[in-house]
Amino acid sequence: MKLMDWFTRDAPLATRNEITPKLGFLLTLLLAIVWLVPFLWMVVATLRPASDGINAMAELMPSVKPTLDNIRDAWEIGDFPRYTLNTTLICAGILLVQFVTITLAGFAFARLNFVGKTPIFYLFLMQLMLVPVLLIVPNLSLVAQLGLYDTLTGVMMPFFASAFGTFLMRQAFEAIPTELEDAALIDGASLLQRIRHIYVPLSMPSFSAFAIISVTSHWNDFLWPLMVINSPDKRPLTVGLSVFTKTAEGTQAWGTIAAGTLMVIGPLLVTFLIFQKRFISSFVTSGIK
Amino acid sequence: MSLAEPAALPVATSAAPRLEVIRRFTTRFKASLPAYLLLLPSLVFLALFTYGAMGRVVLDALYQRATPKAPVRFVGLDNVSAVLADPAFTGAVVNNLIYAVGTAVPSIGLALLFALALARTNAVSSALRAALFLPVLIPMVAASALFMFIFLPNVGLLDFYIGRLLPVLPNWLGDPDVALYAIMVITIWKNAGYYMLFFLAGLQAVPEDVMEAAHLDGAGPYRRFRHIILPELKPTFLFVIVIATLNAVTQVDHVFVMTQGGPSNSTNLVLFYIYQQAVEHYDVGKASAATLLTLAALMGLTALSFRTMANREGGP
Repeated sequence: MKLMDWFTRDAPLATRNEITPKLGFLLTLLLAIVWLVPFLWMVVATLRPASDGINAMAELMPSVKPTLDNIRDAWEIGDFPRYTLNTTLICAGILLVQFVTITLAGFAFARLNFVGKTPIFYLFLMQLMLVPVLLIVPNLSLVAQLGLYDTLTGVMMPFFASAFGTFLMRQAFEAIPTELEDAALIDGASLLQRIRHIYVPLSMPSFSAFAIISVTSHWNDFLWPLMVINSPDKRPLTVGLSVFTKTAEGTQAWGTIAAGTLMVIGPLLVTFLIFQKRFISSFVTSGIK
Repeated sequence: MSLAEPAALPVATSAAPRLEVIRRFTTRFKASLPAYLLLLPSLVFLALFTYGAMGRVVLDALYQRATPKAPVRFVGLDNVSAVLADPAFTGAVVNNLIYAVGTAVPSIGLALLFALALARTNAVSSALRAALFLPVLIPMVAASALFMFIFLPNVGLLDFYIGRLLPVLPNWLGDPDVALYAIMVITIWKNAGYYMLFFLAGLQAVPEDVMEAAHLDGAGPYRRFRHIILPELKPTFLFVIVIATLNAVTQVDHVFVMTQGGPSNSTNLVLFYIYQQAVEHYDVGKASAATLLTLAALMGLTALSFRTMANREGGP
């Protein structure tokens, strides 16, 4: 019960004897442990030698003679460096173009008055609801018509404009005092110069929040790249992992599958653990990705 | 053309004011030009991949090819009625409804529990929040790879540990009566931590002094929850329900990786049906008709989320 006392130590004094919040906390603690079990199994199974036999595969106690064989096997069977490169290229490409489109559009909505502002705003808002993944069929035929079938550019293109990013930037730009811009205006700075030298540098927190959301969601995209990409050497991590899993499942090589999965999600987990606070606050602002 | 003639008359008689209107409009348009140029890059991509895609769905749904190489011909609503008559589609819709309710309700309930238990920030609650949030980050494909072993008959994690307690265990992914629920477990595991964040944010809005006053008036934890916390969280609930429903339609990668809609179509969901029609049967007409129906079904929900989001964004 030491833990319980510790947990309630900053609750209002009078409520410290209530039992329900403690039960809720205990249940949450228990579930959090259950939530971690798949990750725990992944790490334990990765390090388990094949000689332990298939019946010990589910054992959550680490093996007495850990090995890196599974990692080596996964590295050799799956083309993970190539997949990682492809995913990185896709995420970076999308993010770069998005930075340009959302900065420009966000600025227009934040600081300019123009004919048709409200209808155009609602046009943007519509994208939040027409989730791109539902439009895979028409977008695949468009990508094919543009000659971008089986290219990384084809995978990136539908995400180049982002309503969510535009609104995020609009909010950030609106918070910047106009006096700063007026001063630059007097010095003769052009519109693009003002955006580049005043608005962008002052909105870096919003940019990084957007970058986190954009990169994690496209890092995890599966269905769209599955449809666009045909050549094995252009597969992103998710598609590569699914093919890899299919192959290894046939031979019951669960240790290798665990190792492959670990390689795919390892970078994400490490980044998250380092920038935990940033991730969480970004995801709160995301709502709809 | 005869209709146009009377309309032309007032222009001739009042040319000067009309010109003035046009001139004012062009100056306003000219003043708007920089904004349009800034919006252009976004609008081009939105036009191609969002609005254009919508238009193409409607058009494609009206046409059909007899064979993949044959020329398209106009078939009206035949595709739509073919999809509605397809037992695989109606089955997928039913599955998707069960899946939507069966994932949204438990994951939102758990999210609320987690948020209430971990509302106070300290080292322990931060660590637990992080643990519960981890599944949100990883790709659905990776989650599927892990759960494929968890659900593996006989030697899998679930059978290995629970098998000691229960005499007979189902084949989690192989039994048509169980597979959909097994798939739902993965979704709940993956999303509860995400929704928890919104409830944590929503709980910040619950005034501490009101809670204390209620407590002094003798309200126990349940009544404080029912009468103070829940009303305060209403907008959060609305928002999370919308996201959970959208996720139930769009976030179905595990079906692709783990079950391929099987066994005997028991885990076939709408998006997987669309994919099958387009990619496996090369039937763009039917795939588009199914897409159209799905989009239409989401309209009520989108109207709702539209209003919620417009309020959140504060309008133009």
